[in-house]
Amino acid sequence: MNTVAIPSVHYIVILPEIILTVAAVGLLLASSLVPGRLRSSVGTGVTVIASACVVVDCVAQWVDISRHGPSTTMAHVIIEDGFSVVAILVLAVSLALSALVADGWLNRERIEGVELHVLALASVAGAIMMAQANDLVVIFLGLEIMSIGLYVLAAFDRRSARSGEAAMKYFLLGGFSSAIFVYGIALVYGATGTTQLGQLADFLSTNVLRNQGLLLAGTALLLVGFAFKVAAVPFHVWSPDVYEGSPTPVVGFMAAIVKVGAFAAVLRVLASGLFTQQDGWRPMVFALAALSMLVGAGMATVQRNVKRMLAYSSISHAGFVLLALWAASPRGTAAALFYLATYALLVIGSFAVVTVVSADGREDLTSYRGLAKRRPLLACSFTVLLLAQAGVPFTTGFLAKLGVIESAVEHLGWPGVALGVIAMVATAISGYFYLRVVVLTYAAPVDVSPTAPAAPTLATSRPAARLAALGSGILLEDTRDGELVDHAEEYGPAPARDDATVPLATAVAIAACVVPTVVFGVWAGPLVELTTRATMLFHP
Amino acid sequence: MQSSALLIALVVLPAVGAGVLALVPRLEGRVATMVGATIAIAELVGAALLAIGYHPNGAVFQDASTQVLAAPFGLFWRAGVDGISVLLIVLTAIVVPIAILGAPERHRTRASIGWLLLLESATVGSFASLDVLLFFLFFELTLVPAYFLIAGWGDQRRGPAAAMKFFVYTLVGSAFLFVGILVVAFLHQSQAGGALTFSLTALSSTHLNGTTGVLLVLAFTAAFAVKSPLFPFHTWSPDAYSEAPVSGSVVLAALLAKLGTYGIVRFDITLFPHALVTVGPWLFALAIASILYGAVVACGSSDLKRLLAYSSLAQMGFVVLGIVSLNQAGVSGAVLLMFNHGIVTTALFLLVGFLAKRTGLSLVTGVRGIQGPAPILAACFTVAMLASIGLPGLNGFVSEFLVLIGFFGAQGWWVVIPTLGVIVAAIYLLWAYQQVFQGTLVTPAGASISDLDVRERSVLVPLLAIMVVLGVYPKLVLDRILPSVVHLLAHLHAAGLTTTSVGLR
Repeated sequence: MNTVAIPSVHYIVILPEIILTVAAVGLLLASSLVPGRLRSSVGTGVTVIASACVVVDCVAQWVDISRHGPSTTMAHVIIEDGFSVVAILVLAVSLALSALVADGWLNRERIEGVELHVLALASVAGAIMMAQANDLVVIFLGLEIMSIGLYVLAAFDRRSARSGEAAMKYFLLGGFSSAIFVYGIALVYGATGTTQLGQLADFLSTNVLRNQGLLLAGTALLLVGFAFKVAAVPFHVWSPDVYEGSPTPVVGFMAAIVKVGAFAAVLRVLASGLFTQQDGWRPMVFALAALSMLVGAGMATVQRNVKRMLAYSSISHAGFVLLALWAASPRGTAAALFYLATYALLVIGSFAVVTVVSADGREDLTSYRGLAKRRPLLACSFTVLLLAQAGVPFTTGFLAKLGVIESAVEHLGWPGVALGVIAMVATAISGYFYLRVVVLTYAAPVDVSPTAPAAPTLATSRPAARLAALGSGILLEDTRDGELVDHAEEYGPAPARDDATVPLATAVAIAACVVPTVVFGVWAGPLVELTTRATMLFHP
Repeated sequence: MQSSALLIALVVLPAVGAGVLALVPRLEGRVATMVGATIAIAELVGAALLAIGYHPNGAVFQDASTQVLAAPFGLFWRAGVDGISVLLIVLTAIVVPIAILGAPERHRTRASIGWLLLLESATVGSFASLDVLLFFLFFELTLVPAYFLIAGWGDQRRGPAAAMKFFVYTLVGSAFLFVGILVVAFLHQSQAGGALTFSLTALSSTHLNGTTGVLLVLAFTAAFAVKSPLFPFHTWSPDAYSEAPVSGSVVLAALLAKLGTYGIVRFDITLFPHALVTVGPWLFALAIASILYGAVVACGSSDLKRLLAYSSLAQMGFVVLGIVSLNQAGVSGAVLLMFNHGIVTTALFLLVGFLAKRTGLSLVTGVRGIQGPAPILAACFTVAMLASIGLPGLNGFVSEFLVLIGFFGAQGWWVVIPTLGVIVAAIYLLWAYQQVFQGTLVTPAGASISDLDVRERSVLVPLLAIMVVLGVYPKLVLDRILPSVVHLLAHLHAAGLTTTSVGLR
């Protein structure tokens, strides 16, 4: 008779997943046992408390790692190291902030019940699993747990056909990418005989594969799967549609946790498991990074819907993290972690502002005209968040970009320098669309009769033509009649109805995103030290 | 007070003022102007103390301070001043209060003054940085307030477009600077070992082979050439200068343009002496092209603001010409010209602003005979214009003369070509003066031309006084910058390069 050996479990390590799952299941049970609909604020409360518990557990894990060094548990498929702890910390904070943003939205839309919170808790449990996984199969499990929650969340606004369409698109493409990912795992297993990252690294460093093809194909498929998830060009086409259609508070959440979870996992796979295969995967990552940064920034300049614009901007951000991945160095890993931490706050904060401003369902840039007059604090917060995303000095956004570009240039070869220049050019382009919104918020509200005949201007012409016009407008000497910035006439009148106040929970969340962006931007030391130290504790 | 604390305070104070203005909505309107002016004048007093406390023959960099900001990224606070940076900090501290008091905005005053103060912080920070990365931070930070000033208070229709063009163009230039900075730092780290550092003194010992050095000097100079601007990277500047509000034009032309040429002086000479000599002829060519192109296009400009923009282009060409001459006369003349151009151009843009306010036109074109109803305005314009042309006895003459001597020392009789630029400058400025101020009075319907009021006169007086004092007694400034220039050029000698010896001693 065979006996099944139960592997030893270091419970403090998997406590985050346990906390979040218990909270999710508890909420579900409570909502079915309590007569009537459970109020959504209960869900918010439970989610925030659960996140706080995870943060406490992170501190405990950090102390544990500082004493005993990084380790693995559960038959070496789960890792406890500095990198995973910081990633979990970011995920937990993102969850809490998103729950606060969603709370205001649920109240406004009069959606009762705790389903949104249950799904969010489950998704983050999956993302945390990805951040801790030391085995390709466990990564896949985490990926699926995370994604399935998000598919439903994308469809959460049942009254909106767009939301359903977005969810369907996300589900189909997500399903495909998962399948590709699994096939990648199979090929890697076929080439090396293991799916565990530690064994993979050992095997590859002690053996020479006579035929690299199988492993290379597996690596490529794994990368494609990841690239779909983080929406890297050319696997990005789903993301603007999904961002546009999904409920706004969900989008911020989705953008943050998918990027953190997926990048944490891919960093581990490439930098630890397949480290010896750099010559194979680095050119692929190079292409993904360069294309994502440029295409993301370029396409964002011609968007008129704020959510689509932020979707393309987030594609560009993915390119920056890929830059650090390409570097494949300790500096790169630390920079990627720092980038993800700052990006999560920026994107959640930005979408929180969009949630509030687009209360009447209008998401085109028009609704931002004159925002500063109506809501000075909100406009000021949005300005800070957008400027930080643009990488303005003395915000965390600048430091994040500094870190990843440093890691690329550190190689001192042509590819690294070229990537650095591409990244900075993408930053310059992205300055265009972030600042355009900021200026609009401070512009005086202009009332233009909506029946005025629209001249064929930049805004109405095709994207490619618009890009060409923008480029020549920047380069030529006299743009007096050029069209660099949309004029008032192209927009409709400013929104008339704007009486709703910002819900307290949302305001707290926005403040929690804005304040660290500025504070750590000026007083950068602690956060940079933390991510760097976390990476030094990276499990080999 | 310890003087390194003074320097830090000079960088931080205006930013704090900007933060206060941003957070306290009650300080709107005239109160905002008062608060802004108070802070800017306090800054001026501080800058004066800094200049008085500076010993020309003391340590190379004085009032130095070092502080860790984010060690893993190599981000440190390293600040200090030599004669060149003290002079430019003083220029900044003079120009900003004059911009605040001379051309206050009618609407959203609080925000416009907040941006001006933030810009002052960023500019002073750039001039005070002894760390290349820190310099880049401040250099980039200047873009944001400048952008908002042009977009928010400039021409209603064209301001945002001009601002955007300025922002994106400059940022693309900085892309190369940023990557160049990182490459130098990592090369230094690979040679010297140790932690990543961006300290200017440490990096100046980096060994660069020929090609790498040339590429790096090109990368650095790309950003500086855009910012200065230098032909053919100037295309953003006529738009930005002419669509900006008066205070915006003043800070753009008087301060931000200097960041570019300061960058060439401080970083190109210190970090890449060999490569700078290699690319020198190309920079000479660009500088001369700027001088001639700026002068010719200025002749054809009907709008005074655009004329001043092109005239600035020509003047910055002279500055670069002096710097790349790489001798004492050339470099100290260039530094002096940076200061003088800042003062003169501030006065000219203010005067054009005053004129525009009176005629109610955003473009000063189609008005004539202003000197009849406004003799003092015309007189002030005459003085500033003559200083810009380079009339002996006013400040412009000394600096332009030194630059030309320096260039003669470096390139001999080629000096004839830039000298042509001086003559053409006289043509277009006198021409413009004739058209606008002389002849019979022609004004747009409904405009009443009055002379300068007390406030307008009082902001112009210090500028005109500086023009005369430095025209008569330039030694006041030259004595302070010369030791620093000598030290700067010692980098070239240490690198085994011989420069033409046009000394000033």
